Amino acid sequence: MSVLINKDTKVVVQGLTGKEGSFHAKQCLDYGTQVVAGVTPGKGGIIWEDDEKKYKIPVFNTVEEAVKETGANASLIFVPPAFAADAIMEAADAGIKLIVCITEGIPVNDMVKVKRALQGTGVRYVGPNCPGVITPEECKMGIMPGHIFKKGRVGIVSRSGTLTYEAAYQLTQRGIGQSTVIGIGGDPVPGTTHKEAIEMFNNDPETDAIVLIGEIGGTMEEEAAEYIKERVEKPVVAYIAGVTAPPGRRMGHAGAIISGGKGDAQSKMAALREAGAYVCNTPAEIGEMVEKALKERGLL
Amino acid sequence: MKIHEYQAKDIFKKYGLPIPNGIVAHNAHEAEEAAKELGTPVVVVKAQVHAGGRGKAGGVKLAKSPEEAGKIAAEMIGSRLKTYQNPEGLPINCVLVEAGVNIDKEFYVGLTLDREVSRPVLMVSAAGGMEIEEIAKTNPELIIKEHIDPAIGLLPYQARKIAYKVGITDKKLLSQFVKIAMTLSKMYFELDASLIEINPLVQTEEGNFICLDAKIDFDDNALFRHKDIQELEDTTQVDPLELEAKKWDLNYVKLDGNIGCMVNGAGLAMATMDTIKYYGGEPANFLDVGGTATVERVAAAFKLLLSDPNVKAIFVNIFGGIVRCDRIAGGIIEAAKQVDLDRPLIVRLEGTNVELGRKMLEESSLNIIPAKDMADGAQKAVKAAKGEL
Ligand SMILES: Nc1ncnc2c1ncn2[C@@H]1O[C@H](COP(=O)(O)OP(=O)(O)OP(=O)(O)O)[C@@H](O)[C@H]1O
Ligand SMILES: [Mg+2]
Repeated sequence: MSVLINKDTKVVVQGLTGKEGSFHAKQCLDYGTQVVAGVTPGKGGIIWEDDEKKYKIPVFNTVEEAVKETGANASLIFVPPAFAADAIMEAADAGIKLIVCITEGIPVNDMVKVKRALQGTGVRYVGPNCPGVITPEECKMGIMPGHIFKKGRVGIVSRSGTLTYEAAYQLTQRGIGQSTVIGIGGDPVPGTTHKEAIEMFNNDPETDAIVLIGEIGGTMEEEAAEYIKERVEKPVVAYIAGVTAPPGRRMGHAGAIISGGKGDAQSKMAALREAGAYVCNTPAEIGEMVEKALKERGLL
Repeated sequence: MKIHEYQAKDIFKKYGLPIPNGIVAHNAHEAEEAAKELGTPVVVVKAQVHAGGRGKAGGVKLAKSPEEAGKIAAEMIGSRLKTYQNPEGLPINCVLVEAGVNIDKEFYVGLTLDREVSRPVLMVSAAGGMEIEEIAKTNPELIIKEHIDPAIGLLPYQARKIAYKVGITDKKLLSQFVKIAMTLSKMYFELDASLIEINPLVQTEEGNFICLDAKIDFDDNALFRHKDIQELEDTTQVDPLELEAKKWDLNYVKLDGNIGCMVNGAGLAMATMDTIKYYGGEPANFLDVGGTATVERVAAAFKLLLSDPNVKAIFVNIFGGIVRCDRIAGGIIEAAKQVDLDRPLIVRLEGTNVELGRKMLEESSLNIIPAKDMADGAQKAVKAAKGEL
C-alpha cells in the first residue's frame, strides 16, 4: 500500500508535447508509470512519441476528452506558469481527483484563487513548484530520479526537491525503502500541506515511519507539529532547513506582524521536538535517525 | 519587486486614494523649488530608498522653509541610508518633498498574503506609526485582521467591522475608511501585489484620512502581465552582485562568512549553509544554481563567488537528480578552467553516474577536493577555509 498513487494510477500529462513534458513523461514511462494520455490545446488528434520511439501516447485538446477516452484518473502538469492555474482547474473540472503540478513560477494570486476554488471539492492537488509524487517501484508522477528510491515503509514529505532526494537516497543506501514520497513544493500557497501529507501517512497501514522536511517561512511545520502531537503514534523524523538564513531585506512591516515570532527554523524545530519528533541538526543525519527510530520501535 | 514611495503614491493617486501633495527632487535646488511650489508652512523631505524604517534612521525630516528643505535634500542625496530593515544601507538618489500634514492620529494599514490560510489579510491598527512592529509583539490584540476571499474581494461589512474595532466611528471618517480599504483590496488583486502598506494612514486635524506613507511590493512571478510595473524597477536599490546573479537566473544572497557555496535547489542550499555552520564554519553566501547547471551558468556562479575577497574556499554541493553527474562534473571542470580558480574547491556530487563524475573530478588537473557526502564536504570546506587542508 501507499498513499495518493500506485501501479493502477492512470496518468494524463498536461503539456506532454512541450520540452519539459516530453522529457519527463518518458522518464515516468521508463519507470513504469501508466501514462495514458497527453493534453495540449490545438494538438488534439496527434500521437506523441518519445525521442527513442519506445512509446506512443494519444494527445487530446481537452482534459475532459482525455479522461473520457482513456480513463485517466490523475494529472501531471508541465504547462508554463501563465497557464498553469487554468490547467489545474481544467483537470479538476474534468473529474480528476489527483493533480500534481510541477510548474515553477506561477503567480501567487493565481494559486490563492485555485486553492479557494478547490476547497471542499475532494480534489487533491500537490505543488506547484515541486518534484512530484512517487510510490517506489509502482508509479512516478514527477521529475525525481527514480533510481534513488526503493519500495518500503517510510513516508517522506518535503518542501524542497533536492532535499527530498537527499533523504530518500540516504534511506535507500541503508536498505530502508519508502511507501510514498511527496514533494509538496516550495511555493507560499501549496495545494497539499505538511499536515495533510502526514495525515495521509498516519492513516496508511503500510507506512511505519514519517520523514518531514521543512524550511523557514510560513507556519506549515508548526501546524504539522500540532497534528503530530495529538494524533501520530508513528515515529516522525524531521529536518528544518534555514537555521543560518539571514533575515530578508524588507520594506514593510506586514511580514513581521503576521508571522508573530513563528516561521523561523528554531521555532519550527522546537514545535516538532515538543510534538515528540526526532529532529535532525543536519540533513546528513536523516538516514541514521530514521534507522534509529525504527529500531527503537522494533520496526526494523 | 519593490518600488519607491513616490511611485507607490502615483499608483495610489490613480486609484483615487488620498495622498499629500508632493514633488520628487534630485538635488537641493529642485527640493527648494518644490517646497516653494507646495507653499505649505512645513514640508517633509523623505529619502526614497527601498526600505522601511526611514523615519527612525533620519530619512524623513521636517523643513520649515524652502531653504531648509534644500539643505536637508543636499545632505540626503548622494548618501546611503541604513535602516534596521536594510542594515547594509541603500543609496539615496532622490527625495520626495511633501506638504506637511497636521496629524491627529496615526493608523497602520497593511495587506499581504497570510500563508497560514492561503488568503490575503487586511490588518489595521489604531497604534500605527514607526513603532508598529513593537506593538505587534507586545500587544498583538491591537492589530485587527480580516481575511479576504479571493473570489469576491473584501466586502464593505469587513471594512466596517475593522473600523469599529479600531475606534473609527465618525460617519465621514468611516465612509472614507471603507472606501480606502475596498480600494486596497481591488489594487492587491489587479496589480498582483504581494504587499500594500500605509503606515501611517493619518486622521488629520481637519477630520480626513490621508495616506502619509505608501509601500507596494509586487509578486515577481506575475510581472510578466504588468509591463507598466516592470518599468518602475530601480536597480540602484539592488545589491550589484545580486543583480549580476539575476542576469544568469541565479538566486544569490551575499553573507559575511568565508566559505562560498554553490548548490542546486533552495532547500539544499539552505541545508548546506546550516551544515557548514554546524561544523564551525561560516557561509559566505546563499547560491542556488537551479536544475540546469550549464557550463555558462556554473562559470558565472564561480565568478560571483570569487569576486568576494572574503571567500577562502568553495563548496559545490550538487544532487544530480535527472541530470547525469558526469555532465555536471564536466561543467564544473570547464567552468573552473574558464575562471582561473585560485582557491580550494570542494565538490560533493550525488546522483546518476556519480562514479564517473567523481573520477572526472579526480583526474582533472584542477585542485579539486572530492567529498563523499554533504557532511564530509562541509567539514572539508571548513578546514580548507582555515588553511588546514
Ligand atoms: N507629509 C507628512 N506630514 C507630516 N508628517 C509626516 C509626513 N510624512 C511622514 N510623516 C511622519 O514621519 C513618519 C515616518 O515617515 P514614513 O512613514 O513615510 O517613513 P518610514 O519611517 O520609512 O515608515 P515605516 O516606519 O512605516 O517603515 C510618519 O510616521 C509620520 O509621523
Ligand atoms: Mg511609514
